[in-house]
Amino acid sequence: MLDNLKILFHQGKQYIPDVTTAGVPGIFRGRPVISTENIPEAEWTALCPTGALSASPAGIDLGKCTFCGECARIFPGKIRFTADYKMAVNERDKLVIREADDPVLQLNPERIRKEISSFFSGSLKLRQVSAGGDNSCEMELNACGNVNFDMGRFGIEFVASPRHADGIVITGPITENMAKPLQICYDAIPEPKIIILAGTDAISGGIFADSPAINRSFLERYTVDLYIPGNPIHPLSFINGVLELIRKRK
Amino acid sequence: MNYISIRNNETIPLSAIPELGYAAFLELNAMSLIKKASAHCVSYFGYPDNGKTRLICCIANDDQHIIYVSSAVVDGSGPLPSFSRQNLVFEKFEREIHENHGIQYSDHPWLKPVRYPFNRADKKQSVEGYPFFKIESEELHEVGVGPIHAGIIEPGHFRFICNGEQILHLEIQLGYQHRGIEPLFLEKKKLLQRSTLAENIAGDSVVGHSLAFVNSWESLCHFQPDRELKLSRTIALELERLAVHTGDLGAICMDIGYQLGSSVYGRLRTPLINYFQQWCGNRLAKGLIRPGKSDYPLTKTLTDELLRLLAEYEKDFEEISEELFSLPSALARFEKTGVITHEQALTLGTVGISARMSAVKRDIRSSHPHDLYGELQHQPLIKNHGDVHSRARLRKKEINQSIEYIRELIQTLHVARPEPASLAGPRAHSFAVSLVEGWRGEICHCAVTGENGELVCYKIKDPSFHNWLAIALAVRNNEISDFPVCNKSFDLSYCGHDL
Repeated sequence: MLDNLKILFHQGKQYIPDVTTAGVPGIFRGRPVISTENIPEAEWTALCPTGALSASPAGIDLGKCTFCGECARIFPGKIRFTADYKMAVNERDKLVIREADDPVLQLNPERIRKEISSFFSGSLKLRQVSAGGDNSCEMELNACGNVNFDMGRFGIEFVASPRHADGIVITGPITENMAKPLQICYDAIPEPKIIILAGTDAISGGIFADSPAINRSFLERYTVDLYIPGNPIHPLSFINGVLELIRKRK
Repeated sequence: MNYISIRNNETIPLSAIPELGYAAFLELNAMSLIKKASAHCVSYFGYPDNGKTRLICCIANDDQHIIYVSSAVVDGSGPLPSFSRQNLVFEKFEREIHENHGIQYSDHPWLKPVRYPFNRADKKQSVEGYPFFKIESEELHEVGVGPIHAGIIEPGHFRFICNGEQILHLEIQLGYQHRGIEPLFLEKKKLLQRSTLAENIAGDSVVGHSLAFVNSWESLCHFQPDRELKLSRTIALELERLAVHTGDLGAICMDIGYQLGSSVYGRLRTPLINYFQQWCGNRLAKGLIRPGKSDYPLTKTLTDELLRLLAEYEKDFEEISEELFSLPSALARFEKTGVITHEQALTLGTVGISARMSAVKRDIRSSHPHDLYGELQHQPLIKNHGDVHSRARLRKKEINQSIEYIRELIQTLHVARPEPASLAGPRAHSFAVSLVEGWRGEICHCAVTGENGELVCYKIKDPSFHNWLAIALAVRNNEISDFPVCNKSFDLSYCGHDL
């Protein structure tokens, strides 16, 4: 007992006091900024492994981006990844950042369903479904609940049963073999319910986008409430995105 | 000679692999080579070759540090006698060959689907129709779990047959995570795309799988990485081991309801993965390992930071570990739970921690050293009981060992960077095999190139491929309530298996 208390004391304060303003260590690749510098367009678009780069005007689709940073290495004057981890949006096309834009990515309040803040602002229970995820986004979602990020303090938690959930968090490109279990799980969640896509693979299929082993028809049937880019998502991207989605608005 | 002996990361012309008749091929691999002391099968696969299927079998001899490679061509016209009938370690490999290429076996003991790949030979098979083993009895009941599990983990289906609270039998059905990675390696022609694929095979083994890919690729391209490159890769692999083992100890604590352990190990993992972010911009090291180069050189500032971080980590890690491994309520849950005996481990051909926990001295770092493991003179750590306790203790001791290795390696780092050599294209008509000891165990990548050096086959084997059956056997006669801690103490990969 005393040993346990001693260990507890030695940990000091581990939680991040304010997750909305916390800095990230090192060279985090977050929301990119593109300049108007002239670059050879064919080289620019060809270098991306997932076809996230477009030309005239130059742009990057964060829904396809694997955040490998290759474009910023080859064209450092053209594109720069900032340390801004707040990248969640609720409209798919907002994930495309074009040259000369320096947008702060944020949710469009018009598109947030009324019932979301009235039902979920104080408490949100989520069911996670990994549908071909490589376990990196899954580990980061687990990290959201650890003593450092401590998402539970906002009443946001992952639950075991879809019956107890208010929404679903999908990771992975959605494999053919998971298409049906995903549907069954979604159907088991009571209304009203939300859908969150976490990570590049979930948003666009990522590097697997044209694999015949995936089946993304689920996403054609429903409206997605939140897109959170990352490969994997950073816990701060996730927590801030969800907090923005459910916060009370006037 | 009816086989060729090669070393880890060696490329040979395809024509140098002897082609045998199937009967001789079976006799050589399943009855002769595998019987040698400390021999085990690292990969056995098929690929289409002129309308037929070419089978390539790689048996590693751990004492002599070589890999025996041989091949046979089969046409699928009639059922073949199986390797598995002679030796069970081939069981999963033959199921995969059967599923992918439609090769029939006359005497395979358990010819069930492996992962329902999109390009399976028999399209009538579907993931919903898996043929589970059944026992007819009024006293027994079945418990089905998954594919979606209670926590945030990957999908897979577990079917238990229980006698009251006791597990009689467990069968594990996988395949839900199948993304078609191996065919994508052939279709995606850009090197960066292939690196991206390699680091997405299993997101918890980014360094391990990326390293297996770059080592095989550099070998195919005749590229010799300099010492500094090898050093940073070796440190990255040990750091990944450190981070995941720490997280796993936390998860094991969680599964026995020891909240303090779960929180402390969980927070100890955070600075380790944040260090990867400081080094390469990604907490799980995506982007760090690239063929022929490193985009993120290990600087003096970075190594100083790592040494500082390890000193801080070690103090708190030792404190909580001392407490955990002397806590009677924890030991009661760990000891004699989920046992795999030495004989079972050998029969199944387990690898990594799942082998070393049962006194099977199997570790690529010492038997087929890659990168700087030759210099480190690595000695595998061994436990004897094959239970949850052995798996947890082994993690603790491997963490201590990894910290020592990282410190040792940092001392020999010279920051004078030579001009990076350029990477040529891969050689034509060649075969390369690359083995890496990731935190989970032995990763094996095999590459076959065609006329212009293009990939005609890329075969990936995650250590989990060998080890899943071990979980199913380990939980027999255990309480079903001990299943979570058994499962977590193995911590196998779904996506690495399903590809």
